[in-house]
Amino acid sequence: MTDTTPPTLTKPETTAAGAPVLRVTGLDKSFGPLHVLHDVSIDIWPSESVVVIGPSGSGKSTLLRCMNLLETVDRGDIAFDGQAISAEARDAPAVRRHMGMVFQNFELFQHLSAAGNIMLAPMKVLGLSEAEARDRAHALLEKVRIPEKADFYPSELSGGQQQRVAIARALAMRPRVMLYDEPTSALDPEMIKEVLDVIRDLSQEGMTSVVVTHEMGFARSVADRIVFMDEGRIIEIAPPDRFFEGAIHPRTARFLDQILHH
Amino acid sequence: MESQTALVRPELILEYAVSDRFIEAAGMTLMLTILSVILGIVVGLVIAIMQETRTPYLRGVFRGSSVVYLWLFRGTPVLFQLIFVFNVLPVFGIRLSGFACAVLALSLNEGAYMSEIMRSGLQAVGKGQRMAGRALGMRDWQVMRYIVLPQALKIVIPPIGNQFIGMLKLSALVSVIAVEELLLVANQTASANFRYLEALGAAGLWYLLFTTIFMAFQARIEHWAGPQRRSVKGQAGFAQRLLGFGTGRQQQLR
Repeated sequence: MTDTTPPTLTKPETTAAGAPVLRVTGLDKSFGPLHVLHDVSIDIWPSESVVVIGPSGSGKSTLLRCMNLLETVDRGDIAFDGQAISAEARDAPAVRRHMGMVFQNFELFQHLSAAGNIMLAPMKVLGLSEAEARDRAHALLEKVRIPEKADFYPSELSGGQQQRVAIARALAMRPRVMLYDEPTSALDPEMIKEVLDVIRDLSQEGMTSVVVTHEMGFARSVADRIVFMDEGRIIEIAPPDRFFEGAIHPRTARFLDQILHH
Repeated sequence: MESQTALVRPELILEYAVSDRFIEAAGMTLMLTILSVILGIVVGLVIAIMQETRTPYLRGVFRGSSVVYLWLFRGTPVLFQLIFVFNVLPVFGIRLSGFACAVLALSLNEGAYMSEIMRSGLQAVGKGQRMAGRALGMRDWQVMRYIVLPQALKIVIPPIGNQFIGMLKLSALVSVIAVEELLLVANQTASANFRYLEALGAAGLWYLLFTTIFMAFQARIEHWAGPQRRSVKGQAGFAQRLLGFGTGRQQQLR
C-alpha cells in the first residue's frame, strides 16, 4: 500500500444511524513552510469515539483545532451537523459552543474556583442565571467525581483533578462532541487513570468523542475507530482489533512496533 | 520673644503643615505623582505591546526603538532627565512650564519601568487561556473581559502600587526645576528663618500621610481583585510595602 491509498472512511457498524456530527473533507493546512495537514478527510458519527494516534508533529492536534475553528484552514471543508463551517465568515463562537475541548495543559482559568470555571461560559455565553449555572456545575463535578472541590482554585488541585474540572467545564456547554487534545500527556502516571476513566464513562454514555492520545490501552478499549496520522496525513483508519492485530500500512506497523515494544 | 528663639518649636511643624502654601505644595506633589504614574502606565503599555509585536517588518522597528528608549531612560539618572528636559527643550523652541517638564520627564522615565510590569502582566496570561475561552464559545471581547483582564490586572496591581509610592518620593527631585512641590516649599520656608527641622518636618508629615494612604489603597484594591487561592499566602506586609519589593529603581535610589 502507498500513501495515496484512501483510508477507510466507512461508518462503523456499532454506531447509530444518521448524518455525521463532523465531516472533514480534504483539509490542507500550512504554518509557513511547514505543511502540517495534507488532504485530511474523516467523518465523526454520533456517539462514536474516535482515537487519533501518531508520532508527535504528525498534525493530530492541529486537526483537532481545525475541527472547532481554533485554526484556520488553507483548503478543504468542515461541516458540523451538515452545515459548512470552515468558511471564515461563519460565526466561529456560535459553532464552538456546541463542541467541548479539553487541552493538554488543562487551561483552567486561574482566577476562578473550580465551580467558577464551569459556570463562566454557561452564564456569559448561554445566559444562564448564576443559580442555574451553579446547579449545573455541582452536577458535573459530581459526574467527574470531585464534588468536594467546587470552591477550590486550580492552584490547589492536582493535575488529574484540574483536568477533570476542565472536562466538566467543557460539558457545561452541553456539547454535541468532545475534542480531547492529549488530555493525559501532562499528568503524572498515577493520575492518568482517573482522567481516562471519566472520558471512558462519557464515551460509554454515548458522548461523541475525538481523543488525541498516546495511551494505547485506552485506545484499544474505548475507541470505535482508531485513526493513525503521520506527517500530516491520515495513514489508516480502523477498528481497534484490526488496527492492533493486523495494521495494513507499513508505517503504522513501524509506529506500533516502536510504541509497544520498547 | 523667648519662644521665637527656642531651638525647636514643635507647634510650628503643624502650623506649617496646614498652611496654605504647604497644602498647595502637597496638592502639587500628589498631582505630579498621579499624573506621572498614569502617563507612565500608558507609555509602558505602548512599549510592552511594541515589544510583543509579531508582525514581520514592524517587529524589528518596534523592538529597536523600544530598546533605545529603555536604554536612554534607564541608563541615565532621573535628575539628569528632569534638568535635560527643562533646559534643553527651550533651545529647540519648545517652551513648557516647570510642571509640564516635570510630568514629561517623570512619566517618560516611569514608562521605561512600567513597560516591564505591563509586559509581565500580558505574558502571564498565556495563549492557552485565551484559546480555552474561545473554545467555550466566548467572543474575543468576552475572553478579554472575563479571562485575560482579571488575571493580568491582579498581576499588575501590586507592582503599580509600588510605583505610586516610588513616584511620590521621586517627585521631590522636581524641586530643582522650580516646581512648587513639598520639598521646594519646605526649603524656601526654612531659608527665611532657618527653621529647617520644622519646615522639613511639615513636608515629611505630608509625605508619610500620602504613602500611608497609598499603601492602604493598594491593600484594598488587591483585596478587591480577589485572592488567587483561599488561603492567601505571600500577602505583602506593612514594611514590605513601605520599603518596596526591590524593583530596579528602588535599589538604585538606595
